[in-house]
Amino acid sequence: MRAYRALLHLYPSSFRREYGAELAADFARRRRDRAGVGGIALWVAAIADVTANAARLHLELLQQDLKYAGRTFARTPGFVITAILVTALGIGATTAAFSVTNYVFLRPLPYADPDRLVTVWHRTPDYRLELSPPNFRDLKAQTTSFDALGAYHGFDANVVAGAEPDRLTGAAVTSEVLPLLGVRPVIGRLFTAEEERQATGSFAVLSYGFWQRAFGGDAGVLGRTIRIDGTPHVVVGVMPAAFAFPRRQVELWTLMPAVERLNEERDNYWFNGIGRLKPGVTPAGAEADLRVIAARLERQYPDVNTKISAAVFQLREEYSDRARTMLYALCGASISVLLIACANLANLLLARSYARRRELELRAALGAGRERLVRQLVTESLLVALLGGALGVLVAVASVPLLARLIPMSMPLTDTPSVDLPALVVAACLTLVTGILFGVLPALRSSSTSSFDALREGVRGGGLRGVRTRSALVVIEVAACVVLLVWAGLLMRALHRLDSLDPGFQSEQVLTVQTALPRPKYNSAALRQNYFDNVLAQVRALPGVKSAAFISFLPMTMGGGIFPVGLPGQPAMMTNGRIASMRFATPSYFATLGIPLRRGRDVQQTDTLSQPRVAVVSESFARRYFPDQDVVGKQFEFAYATRTIVGVVGDVRVRGPEQGSEPQVYLPYTQLEGESFPFFTPKDLAIRSDASTEALLPMVRSIVRSADPEQPVSNIRTMSQIVERQTESRTVQVRVLAAFAVIALVLAAVGIHGLLAFTVAQRRHEIGVRMALGAEPERIVSGILKQSAVLALCGVVPGVAIGYAGGRAMESLLVGVTPGDGVTFAVAAALCAAVTLAGSWTPARRAVRVSPAAVFRGD
Amino acid sequence: MSVIVVAMAHDADEIAALLPLPPATFHILLAVAQQDRHGYAIIQDVEARTGGELRLSPGTLYRSVQRMLEQGLILETSERPAPDLDDERRRYYRMTPFGEAVARAELRRIEGLVRLARKQGLTAERA
Repeated sequence: MRAYRALLHLYPSSFRREYGAELAADFARRRRDRAGVGGIALWVAAIADVTANAARLHLELLQQDLKYAGRTFARTPGFVITAILVTALGIGATTAAFSVTNYVFLRPLPYADPDRLVTVWHRTPDYRLELSPPNFRDLKAQTTSFDALGAYHGFDANVVAGAEPDRLTGAAVTSEVLPLLGVRPVIGRLFTAEEERQATGSFAVLSYGFWQRAFGGDAGVLGRTIRIDGTPHVVVGVMPAAFAFPRRQVELWTLMPAVERLNEERDNYWFNGIGRLKPGVTPAGAEADLRVIAARLERQYPDVNTKISAAVFQLREEYSDRARTMLYALCGASISVLLIACANLANLLLARSYARRRELELRAALGAGRERLVRQLVTESLLVALLGGALGVLVAVASVPLLARLIPMSMPLTDTPSVDLPALVVAACLTLVTGILFGVLPALRSSSTSSFDALREGVRGGGLRGVRTRSALVVIEVAACVVLLVWAGLLMRALHRLDSLDPGFQSEQVLTVQTALPRPKYNSAALRQNYFDNVLAQVRALPGVKSAAFISFLPMTMGGGIFPVGLPGQPAMMTNGRIASMRFATPSYFATLGIPLRRGRDVQQTDTLSQPRVAVVSESFARRYFPDQDVVGKQFEFAYATRTIVGVVGDVRVRGPEQGSEPQVYLPYTQLEGESFPFFTPKDLAIRSDASTEALLPMVRSIVRSADPEQPVSNIRTMSQIVERQTESRTVQVRVLAAFAVIALVLAAVGIHGLLAFTVAQRRHEIGVRMALGAEPERIVSGILKQSAVLALCGVVPGVAIGYAGGRAMESLLVGVTPGDGVTFAVAAALCAAVTLAGSWTPARRAVRVSPAAVFRGD
Repeated sequence: MSVIVVAMAHDADEIAALLPLPPATFHILLAVAQQDRHGYAIIQDVEARTGGELRLSPGTLYRSVQRMLEQGLILETSERPAPDLDDERRRYYRMTPFGEAVARAELRRIEGLVRLARKQGLTAERA
């Protein structure tokens, strides 16, 4: 019998209360009549009866409630639209932030079993280092922790696949690399160990995008030959569209040639190690294993391997911590907006239920149970939440592309994030929680005040409790608002600081293009020199051009290219921290970029291979390696030669405004020997000119074509674009956070205004009496303003604390702006105060316009 | 008599809104037309009258009863049978004048339908 009574709970409680006893009695009678055999059939019938009828009853109630809600909404469209918009903003912001974060962090990497994928590095006491080829081979031969271990390095190359030469980014991989990632090609195959061992041909695998672009997705591409920097490569396979490794930009993979794979330079570190751990082996376990081997190698090769150990990282960890912090900040901001939106929604519903209390009292008096009224109110808030949620999904769909710009290019992700199923599930959950939680609270409150006791006691008792709840909600809004303002403010200050940093060069009026000379075609130094001289002479003669020069890598386009510096008695070693970046330049590079020449001279055409090797160094180089000396004429070991310093130039922020840069060494392009340093061959052409890019570019193209018809011109950018790019993702981030902060401010203002308008309306009677007794309007206004000031203060204090804690957590993004930045906090607090005042103005004015006579008449 | 006429005229729209009646509602009205009955008695009455063809489940019955009370077709009576026959959990229902008007209207609707069919030469038996 108890089971049947439990079953009856499926009915709406009003129905159960009314007919439960009779239904139970009826069931008991039937059971008596059919004792024994019919028992099971009776139960089956009872369950079917109860579920079917309960469902229909619930549906009928829902229909009634919806019909009623529709009528109520039509009467108060202002409230409904505000509530829906508020909900849409909160749910939209959170869903969009979740979509992007989920895409980047929660979704597995696009490789098979990605948790077992790790990167392998050397570790020195100070930093981690790529592997040297011989060390890589020794580690691989001796380790027992890996199912597979491979190496790769990136390259940029001129690729001729169709008619037009193309400048592409690729990766040269050992035969293990692609198979260990566990992704199968869409057509063709991957490289084999056999091909690698025989070393008789050159092979390439294409990315899906490049295959589509250059071959129109033709499956006949297999077996075709493409020229990569002049060397023919046979295409053996095409990877799927979703595949990217190690970064998004990489468009083809080549089998690493034997001459690189078997390179013997143990102190030249340029292999990226990637491995698949054996099942059950942890990264820490693998690292311990590799360190034992590294220690053995250290004993074996003490002259080069001293203090060179090994390190293992999860592949997932490789993705910049900054991107992570940025996305966490984004999530924090969106949750704050959601919180404010929910507080506002609850506030709106509370105010509304107060305004509707007479209607609810009437319905209660006519016999509607408390449960029935709560149900009606929850239906209404759910309806608002559902409409808001649906609109919120649209908001999210619209804003995800903007937020996606926060994802750095270094991630191995090919497609773009979208509002997908998990994001929709999150949106649905948020909607339900918002609707139920923030609808039930006001519903319970108003249904309790709708009892006749409360009515007789007078509304003021219940009203006061309402004010307390609503005050708490406003305090939450102000606090969340301050948090967002502080975060957005801190990041804005950081961005401003970065923008105002001196990069060490003048970026205005400089156009840059790339013309990378392919090897082995340009293995001859004379041939290269001929090309550079030819191009530069013609470019410098163009109208409006003030100067032009070639350099290995422009500032802020490449961070590496580092060599150890050897001083008398201190041999050049990567591990002792004495390092500098190396660039080969043509004369007048410094003049073209506006880098000041402090002492000595520029590199010259006469610094030829038959002359002693010379170098121009940066000021930090001079300070660090020759402190308190005149460095011109001093010598140092660098890149396998003794170089004499002939000039000193200003420092340049090679790695961009956010990171420290190594001291810089510039070598004359005329002293770049035949086949050495192919990576450093000058390729970036910088032109200082007052002519526009549009006017200049066609002429530059035709000059390059006349010098070498097969030479592509790529990466056309102004120097200002290169600089702006450094802070581009930050700019987006600041804009997003600022947008969140503005939304928060507006919502908080709405909340404060709503609350004060409500209290003033409630206190009309009291205010009227006080004015009748001669109270001055100023006192009444100041009383109301005081109330809002107290609310603002209650919100600002925790807001400042949380804002500061959040600022500490994202200190890495702040480039030296302290998390307790006074200006930011002052502005945030002032803005909140202003918004509070603005929100209280109308209610305060309305209060003093209360006419005592009208109040008494109203009573 | 005049009272009923006024009531009927007044409720014509309300009556029309309820037609056609669900079969369960019509049968329940028939069951409580002549005498007050409690829920279980209604089920038994309907079953007996239809020769076992229509068996209302308790859920369907009380769901219908609830709706019919709201619609004013029936009312709950305060008169109880003799104490020795009574069970205090039971509630007794009676047809209201409005319920009767609705039942009649439903009957007229069905009769009209039957006439219409006959006129077209359609009968229940095969010709």
